[in-house]
Amino acid sequence: MRTKTISFGVYYWGLGILLVLTLFVSARVGAVSISYDRILLFLRHALGGEAPAGGTTIEERLFMQIRLPRVLLCALTGAALAVSGTLMQGLFRNPIVEPGLVGTSSGAAFGAAFVFVMGKSLSGPWIDAAGPFLLPIFAFAGGGAATWLVYRLSNVFGKVNVTTLLLAGIAVNALAAGGTGFFSYIARDPQARSIVFWNLGTLSGADWTNTGIVAFTTLAGIGLSLRYARALNALMLGETEAGYLGIRTTRLKSSVLLLNTLMVAVATSVVGVIGFVGLVVPHILRLLKSSDHRFLIIASALLGAILLNVADMLARIIVAPSEFPIGVLTAFAGAPVFLFLLIRSGRRQQQGGFYA
Amino acid sequence: MLRVAGLCCHAGGRPVIQDITTDFGPGLLHVIVGPNGSGKSTFLKAFSGEWPIASGAVSYDDLPLSHISRVELARRRAVMSQLPELHFPIRVDDIVMMGRYPHFSFRPARHDIEVCRQAMQRLSVLPLADRDYLTLSGGERQRVQFARALAQLWDAPAAGSRYLFLDEPVSSLDIHFQHQFLGLARDLVKDKMIIVAVLHDLNLALQYADRILFLKEGRVVSAGSTPGIVTPDLIREVFGIPARLLDDPVGRRPVIVYG
Repeated sequence: MRTKTISFGVYYWGLGILLVLTLFVSARVGAVSISYDRILLFLRHALGGEAPAGGTTIEERLFMQIRLPRVLLCALTGAALAVSGTLMQGLFRNPIVEPGLVGTSSGAAFGAAFVFVMGKSLSGPWIDAAGPFLLPIFAFAGGGAATWLVYRLSNVFGKVNVTTLLLAGIAVNALAAGGTGFFSYIARDPQARSIVFWNLGTLSGADWTNTGIVAFTTLAGIGLSLRYARALNALMLGETEAGYLGIRTTRLKSSVLLLNTLMVAVATSVVGVIGFVGLVVPHILRLLKSSDHRFLIIASALLGAILLNVADMLARIIVAPSEFPIGVLTAFAGAPVFLFLLIRSGRRQQQGGFYA
Repeated sequence: MLRVAGLCCHAGGRPVIQDITTDFGPGLLHVIVGPNGSGKSTFLKAFSGEWPIASGAVSYDDLPLSHISRVELARRRAVMSQLPELHFPIRVDDIVMMGRYPHFSFRPARHDIEVCRQAMQRLSVLPLADRDYLTLSGGERQRVQFARALAQLWDAPAAGSRYLFLDEPVSSLDIHFQHQFLGLARDLVKDKMIIVAVLHDLNLALQYADRILFLKEGRVVSAGSTPGIVTPDLIREVFGIPARLLDDPVGRRPVIVYG
């Protein structure tokens, strides 16, 4: 058992170093390529060091105002989605679950589309008070309602039935997508176009305000998730068994659903719908190392940040100087993994039950 | 001492446990038997604190169940149910370590690791420690779960007893391990542990139990010490089939033959 503790640390270090490298490469590439020594100079300047020769240039402003927030927002979103995937898989006791499947993403998208189109018509003192938080708040409400509905529908007598889960997910996702579609239909043209784009996932809207909001919810979410890691481990044995080990399962379930909704909804309200990150990342980590949730939460935050940055780089490179919708890219990469898991679970079912 | 007084429970709106009053004292191996649907498992869940109690009272060492915190209860009471089904790969020693969760808050102490090792040794699953639980056979899984329950109860509390509840623990074991299991349960009883087991096989119950509780339709039909409590009339009344008791010329307890 001792060797295991050490190698968890090795994984964290390895993934951490890989993340820093990925961030640098990701900050370099794009419509305008910025060399590494320039990046280091800009960062030193931002942290209070001396200004690069020639004063503040357009290149530096581009890096500080567009490239850097985008890269950070991408890392935070990847971490939020991957950790939420880990939490949802633990809660549903099922490896094919992810925030996109259980309705969190599409519900949040519905809430956000509502604000996009109707936001101008809303009024009242609390609407003004909400300010930049109006969008995340509505996304949170939509994502929370959808996730809760799917959980209630698929959880029959304390057991999650995979077939019911998939069907409930399809129904709730369709309902939310229909609502989003309705808003883009009644929207004026520029609004509608932004909803369509944003539904495919885009990081081009990154600025320091929304990056800050996502940073807060993501880091707080990951920190709080770690408190539930051990309880989620015990939940692998089933709700009753976890209860016998002293876990308050009812409270655990609502806390985990809330944390998932917080992280995913706030990220989705900024970057749109990006699927399959939460499915693939925990799965890779379980194959690599362990199903221990303490490990899965920390490592999936790191790996999710890495993978989404790689995807975003690809999205910026393949059709440069324009950019490809990142949600389409993650769907191309993630959907085959989902199908593979589904086929394998079908085989297990034949061998004797795949009901969680 | 585990006391149950006037216990009633519902399932799906119907009463499934009706006014059960009984004591489970230390130093004895208690066995609950009854036909399918007689409420055995619900009864066990109810006095374990995992099934809502409609009326009546349960107390551990004279402390009402409702006054004991979940973690406090988990330190002195372990339950081994019918095999839980897992869907994630997980190492055997990680499962056994779950039994120590009520005892440490973030990182297991050296003592916790040592307890797990000894519990695995006792159930002869130590060689499986780094195996993936999903690759084990049904019998191996059951022994791993027993080791987890044992790790949970390893340290005797300063005051009061330790309680181990087994819900059909031997259902997927071969004869060798069935007897090894119940033999181990007998040894634990000598350590002043209070053991209550739900068993299907009346002959096993007769051979190992000190006291048997017969349940039917949520009520106690009869309860008492072995072997005197088991009679052909009682078996016919509870299970609805005729039975005879034959004396085993070597052993001290009779054998039940049905039909």
